[in-house]
Amino acid sequence: MNLEGKTALVTGASRGIGKAIALELACHGADVAVNYAGNEQKAKEVADEIQAMGRRSFIVQCDISDSDAVQAMVKETVAQFGRLDILVNNAGITRDNLIMRMKDQEWDDVINTNLKGVFLCTKAVTRQMMKQRSGRIINISSVVGRIGNAGQANYTAAKAGVIGLTKASARELAARGITVNAIAPGFIATDMTDKLPAEAKEQLIGQIPLGTLGDTADIAAAAAFLASDGAKYITGQVLGVDGGMAM
Amino acid sequence: MADVLERVTKIIVDRLGVEESQINLDAKFKEDLGADSLDVVELVMELEDEFDMEISDDDAENITTVGDAVTYINSKN
Ligand SMILES: NC(=O)c1ccc[n+]([C@@H]2O[C@H](COP(=O)([O-])OP(=O)(O)OC[C@H]3O[C@@H](n4cnc5c(N)ncnc54)[C@H](OP(=O)(O)O)[C@@H]3O)[C@@H](O)[C@H]2O)c1
Repeated sequence: MNLEGKTALVTGASRGIGKAIALELACHGADVAVNYAGNEQKAKEVADEIQAMGRRSFIVQCDISDSDAVQAMVKETVAQFGRLDILVNNAGITRDNLIMRMKDQEWDDVINTNLKGVFLCTKAVTRQMMKQRSGRIINISSVVGRIGNAGQANYTAAKAGVIGLTKASARELAARGITVNAIAPGFIATDMTDKLPAEAKEQLIGQIPLGTLGDTADIAAAAAFLASDGAKYITGQVLGVDGGMAM
Repeated sequence: MADVLERVTKIIVDRLGVEESQINLDAKFKEDLGADSLDVVELVMELEDEFDMEISDDDAENITTVGDAVTYINSKN
């Protein structure tokens, strides 16, 4: 897999899955813009690591639910790199609650970041990718967007929404040489899943045919493949990387 | 005006693969020149580059004919 000469923007790349994806893309030769929301120090560490591999990298603070900020972020990325080949829509949050208890704010926050944020970033890169007549957009959905999850109505709706958005944008952009695919991770060991109580984790593992949590490298490998030339004939697909949870 | 029309015409011919003879101020991008919605978006993007201006989404929606584009560009220059 060779991504030399390609440039990428990864949202939420300061930690967890996004960080692993940013490093993996760089490892295959891509230059990578590292987006983060608040964790500047962590983001800097990722960019430093990428530069140490001999690739270009910079950090860019942006709340992906803010339309103006997203446009500025993409503008800066294109200005720094001269082009934009790969967008990975990874940033996401959880605000878990039972539907009965869920506050409007919890619903809105998750939809705004996890769904609207993906739309805004996709919209913002489309102009550049259309001009190039090539591009790869990779959206990080979730297994729960395919099979549902109690206590995560907001998150599940957003992640199922991302799958719909992936398919609509894949159809809209195909004629311009842009592919759009989603990855649906299962339960991956990150800060996000660290928050779960031990009991809930045990129970979850029982639902995973392969019997363990995944790690961020599993998602990063799938993202690098979808960004590579080998995936040029794949668009509008949802790739489950979930230990077999959804089949 | 003539110069703007010439430059706009060249972009349309290149982008939509139509004959120069098909282009007049009343020609509609979609109905007369065979463009789809995405072609029109791209056309507007190229006009922005060619004339070094930004065309807002609202303004872009009102540009449906060759004449609309020429008038818009002239009004901004
Ligand atoms: N972990 C899992 O098991 C799992 C499973 C399925 C899907 N996913 C999805 O995978 C993605 C990454 O998850 P993760 O587990 O790696 O999460 P994480 O460890 O909690 O990291 C979240 C990342 O997103 C960034 N972020 C949060 N809100 C943002 C905003 N409004 N604008 C820009 N960046 C923002 C954070 O930046 P700061 O560091 O600056 O806060 C951080 O880099 C998410 O979309 C998640 O839904 C995860």
